[in-house]
Amino acid sequence: MSGALDLFSIAAISVGGFFFLAGTVGLLRFPDPLCRLHALTKVDNLGLGFIVLGLIARSDGVFGALKLVAIWALVQLAGATSAQLIARAIRRKEQIGAKSAGGSPAA
Amino acid sequence: MNALGAVDLGLALLVLAIAGWTIAAREAFAAIVGYVAYGLLLSIVWARLFAVDVAMTEAAIGGGVTGVLLISAAARLRQAQTAEDERPTLPLRLMAAALSALAAIALGAVILSLPEPGPSLAPLAAKNLAATGVGNPITAVLIAFRSFDTLLEKVVLLLAIIGVWSLAPDRYWGGAPIAPRAARPVGALTFLAQLVAPIGVVVGVHMVWVGADEPGGAFQGGAILAAMWMIVMMARLSEAPPVGAPWLRAALVAGPAVFLIAGASGAVTSGAFFALPQAFAKPLILIIEAFMTLSIAVTLPMLVAGPPRRAPL
Amino acid sequence: MITAATLSGLTGAILVGLGLYGLIADPRPLRKILAFNILGSGVFLVFGIIARRGAAAGFPADPVPQAMVITGIVVAFAASALAIAILLRLVSETGRASLRPDTPGAAQTPGD
Repeated sequence: MSGALDLFSIAAISVGGFFFLAGTVGLLRFPDPLCRLHALTKVDNLGLGFIVLGLIARSDGVFGALKLVAIWALVQLAGATSAQLIARAIRRKEQIGAKSAGGSPAA
Repeated sequence: MNALGAVDLGLALLVLAIAGWTIAAREAFAAIVGYVAYGLLLSIVWARLFAVDVAMTEAAIGGGVTGVLLISAAARLRQAQTAEDERPTLPLRLMAAALSALAAIALGAVILSLPEPGPSLAPLAAKNLAATGVGNPITAVLIAFRSFDTLLEKVVLLLAIIGVWSLAPDRYWGGAPIAPRAARPVGALTFLAQLVAPIGVVVGVHMVWVGADEPGGAFQGGAILAAMWMIVMMARLSEAPPVGAPWLRAALVAGPAVFLIAGASGAVTSGAFFALPQAFAKPLILIIEAFMTLSIAVTLPMLVAGPPRRAPL
Repeated sequence: MITAATLSGLTGAILVGLGLYGLIADPRPLRKILAFNILGSGVFLVFGIIARRGAAAGFPADPVPQAMVITGIVVAFAASALAIAILLRLVSETGRASLRPDTPGAAQTPGD
């Protein structure tokens, strides 16, 4: 039983690790900020999700497992908000850039 | 080398690379983002040194709160002329590099020649832990065994606040600082603040409570409470209070004051300054921690908010 | 064979060197504050390995240096906050983020 659980943990954490690797490559290689942001949020969600899943199998008791899920949920919330704020900043910068390129002075 | 050794080596190289990048980065904003990442990686190093309490403090204060402080400062400095053209000449920079390398090598040599086994106060702490009634030896050291250090450290925080406030121009004295905040209310940030702040308050108090027996305590829990207040101010749901507000001043001094009263009463009841009566040691420690948490939770955001920038009403 | 603790200690030593260089060689005050923080965290790491090497009596690390590092991190933050407040005041007086004494505009006397 514990052998199967260990195998499940190793598999889930490895999958999570793979997502983090893929997301980091995306963060470094994607051309524009919005694409990089996309890669990052996917990783936060899936990578951390699988790692938490793998750790739940090893947690002692329901309370520990719930804490792990709470960590995942809080990271989702923080990640989604910061992605939203960064995207907003990028858009505002582009709008200002487009305005000044069009000849009208940026407000 | 085993797998864990490889992780440690990779972690050390990553920490050094990001530290080097933070020093070398051209843009202030990039350097600060590097510093925040550095703080978080460093807290993993602390966890690998089996210092979970320190790891939590480093992540919360070294990475998080310091990051907010630096980013808001960088944003306000954007208009200012930089001192880029005042870079020292190449020979001077080479000399600085040589001196720094020498310092690092000397320190490294000392570390490699430390006595084996290392001296330790752990047995002494373990022997007296039962007398304090708490299970986390670090909490026992902070509040009981070396309480004088912790008290003075709280006083340093107060002095820093007084120093920061005294930098205000005369016309703003008694007014309110402006905490780092969004230029105008943003829906996503408002939602985050409304949802996360109540959860964060519960997590912060929980961390102080379990800190008696497990990793956690007044500093870590207080830093989380401070972060929650900062998020609420960032989202513009609340504003920094005027520095003259009596409740603010009471909250700032509550921690050190209660600590000092407990220490002085020890001088009367137990014959020595800071000697906590053994029968009440644990409740006393928890009361001191509760007030310290309050003071930390109020001091950190006020330090980030800086001197008053508004005339008093 | 270098242990994990020694490796962290050597990392701390190099961090002290990096921070010291930034503190001396970078003229920008905000970057000096950053470098100072990196220097400080290197010193804390050296404390950390002293704690780890003092593992005894069932504790994985000596609690006394750990408690000192915790107070140290908070004091380093307070010092940084004070330094940044001074820097921002300097900039609002002179319009220039510079520590050079003969900065143009610095000659104006503060009114009292």
